[in-house]
Amino acid sequence: MAETNGRLAENIIYFARALRAAGIPVGPGAVLDALAAVDTAGVGTRDDFYWTLHAVFVKRHEHSVLFDQAFRIFFRRRGYLDQLMAMMLPQAPSTPRPPEAGATRIQEALFSGLDDKLKKQQEIELDTRMTVSDREVLQRKDFAQMTNAEIAAAKDAIKRLVLPLAEVRTRRLAPHPRGHLIDIRRTLRSSFKGGGDFIDLRFVGPKSRPPPVVALLDISGSMSQYSRIFLHFLHALTDTRKRVSTFLFGTRLTNVTRALRERDPDDALASCSAVVPDWSGGTRIASSLHAFNKLWARRVLTQGPVVLLITDGLERDADDNLAFEIDRLHRSCRRLVWLNPLLRFEGFEARARGIKTMLPYVDEFRPIHNLESIGALVASMQPGRGAGADPKAWMQKVA
Amino acid sequence: MTNKSLPRPLPASIDATVALLAEGQYLADRSLATVLYLALKMGRPLFLEGEAGVGKTEIAKVLSATLKRRLIRLQCYEGLDISAAVYEWNYAAQMIAIRAAEAEGEQDRERLERDVFSERFLIKRPLLQALEPDASGAPVLLIDEIDRTDEAFEAFLLEVLSDFQITIPELGTVKAAQPPAVIITSNRTREIHDALKRRCLYHWLAYPSAERELAIVRSKVPGVSKRLSEQVVAFVQALRKQDVFKSPGVAETLDWAAALSELDVVALDPATVSDTLGVLLKYQDDIAKLEGSKVKELLDEVKSEMRAAE
Repeated sequence: MAETNGRLAENIIYFARALRAAGIPVGPGAVLDALAAVDTAGVGTRDDFYWTLHAVFVKRHEHSVLFDQAFRIFFRRRGYLDQLMAMMLPQAPSTPRPPEAGATRIQEALFSGLDDKLKKQQEIELDTRMTVSDREVLQRKDFAQMTNAEIAAAKDAIKRLVLPLAEVRTRRLAPHPRGHLIDIRRTLRSSFKGGGDFIDLRFVGPKSRPPPVVALLDISGSMSQYSRIFLHFLHALTDTRKRVSTFLFGTRLTNVTRALRERDPDDALASCSAVVPDWSGGTRIASSLHAFNKLWARRVLTQGPVVLLITDGLERDADDNLAFEIDRLHRSCRRLVWLNPLLRFEGFEARARGIKTMLPYVDEFRPIHNLESIGALVASMQPGRGAGADPKAWMQKVA
Repeated sequence: MTNKSLPRPLPASIDATVALLAEGQYLADRSLATVLYLALKMGRPLFLEGEAGVGKTEIAKVLSATLKRRLIRLQCYEGLDISAAVYEWNYAAQMIAIRAAEAEGEQDRERLERDVFSERFLIKRPLLQALEPDASGAPVLLIDEIDRTDEAFEAFLLEVLSDFQITIPELGTVKAAQPPAVIITSNRTREIHDALKRRCLYHWLAYPSAERELAIVRSKVPGVSKRLSEQVVAFVQALRKQDVFKSPGVAETLDWAAALSELDVVALDPATVSDTLGVLLKYQDDIAKLEGSKVKELLDEVKSEMRAAE
């Protein structure tokens, strides 16, 4: 039995490594858990074995698919699982299998083969994407590297950034010199120090913190020259503040929040570029917003976020759908701020149909006059410069 | 102590877990039973995520009822803090005790403090209660809708969930002799930190298959005719495939079946469906999208599929 257990353990370790290669974060702790779990549940049927490992290794719903693929490929080989079960079943004949020649090599082959297969699968997926629409141009983006001076300037500028609703009150209480509630715990504690003769009141008040930020960045062809500066801006923002989610959209919507959490801005942009298939293609704002509303809104639009919508609003099919989706977005966040780089051109008027459709639903419409640096971008978002931010003013201009 | 009050032992296999849940009228699929069995056996919290109304909370209730253990529920909300979730000192009683001690001329300050911060003045909140020994066995602790609280609260849970202990600065560490069965649910309105998930076994609770949903309807709403329950389930399953903002959960299916049976409906027709759509769909946009011809279309589809299956 010790030998079988040894082999089982070995295979689970290999499997865990395969999962890691496939992109599921599996730590050594999880491997130990998996061994304990298989030990507890026993290897009954294929299904039970599957769900036992699933219970331990999968910590996010989206990893389920990866796990499923990896499991099927890994345990399909040579009826391995059947063998394993035959060995683990108590009534199985106890003929010890002689160690096969080159068993280790087979393991290695099994493992490296898996890697190739997963890769191939991903390639196939990409191929199918190519055929989705001819309007979609799928390409990767190379960003110019950021210089040290640029990074320093960006960080500096972000520190000075005051977003709309810089701080909102939460329902959590914290010690506060002029709070409205008595903090009995601290009051009592401090009164003990003086022997309990004097009771010096201590107070708590609501704690305030910056609201979450959700950024929706347009990366279509017309916006391509600005995407680097915006991504740097969002990276610096992710770095300095908690609770920043970033989505990129052109013809499809991609969540790049995790990619932007990388410390180094160049690494972050590189991994952003790696996950986004539709740089500099067409724009489908309505369908991207629809995807966001349906798949992500309930997951990231909680705790009253500020939504930064960064797009030029040049949408081909500006119809009722667009109005419907932006209206829903507007209703599910605290404040919807539209940053539009088109506004940097003198004499810009909100004439494009997409812009006219979306304007009534935003709370702030921010022109970005200078996109050469993050400093300028930050400056254009200061609340003091709100004269041009009222969407109604822009609507009247074209009316 | 009689045998009656003794807790039931934990299920000994995955099959026993399925049977146990079925006893409480909870029809679980094999994947859920596996993860639940492992969680109970390995003493790990079970983290359940899924859309609203798929029966996440129900598992904890059924578990407590069938295992005959106490259910301790912690409903999460924004701003939930230690004093509401873990423990609080009874300040009023403490003050009285201090005044009484002073009246008696008690001079020893240290002793006074020790007396005041003793278990007598401790108010136990759900998390602390869950760690206490219970005559009917370790309780079932339900931490409901953890995504409603803020990130700060997750940090409180880490110690409880990994070691089943709580440290109270004035008193010391309270550790559970027997770890409670912990069920954590989330509607995924925000991502829960990996550190917390790592301590749990994770399971995504999906909408049930048509057969399972039919079985659930039949067991939970026994008054509904076979034909109607089949139609109800087929319609709801078809509705979930539509592009709606919020798909109806199992809870909605049950509500709808019960509502239709209250209305003495024998079979679905477009008018009845339109009139009762509010039981299934909770967004006006979704209702508007379906009302009228779309309902009829869906219903015809469902009916022709059912005829084909017969």
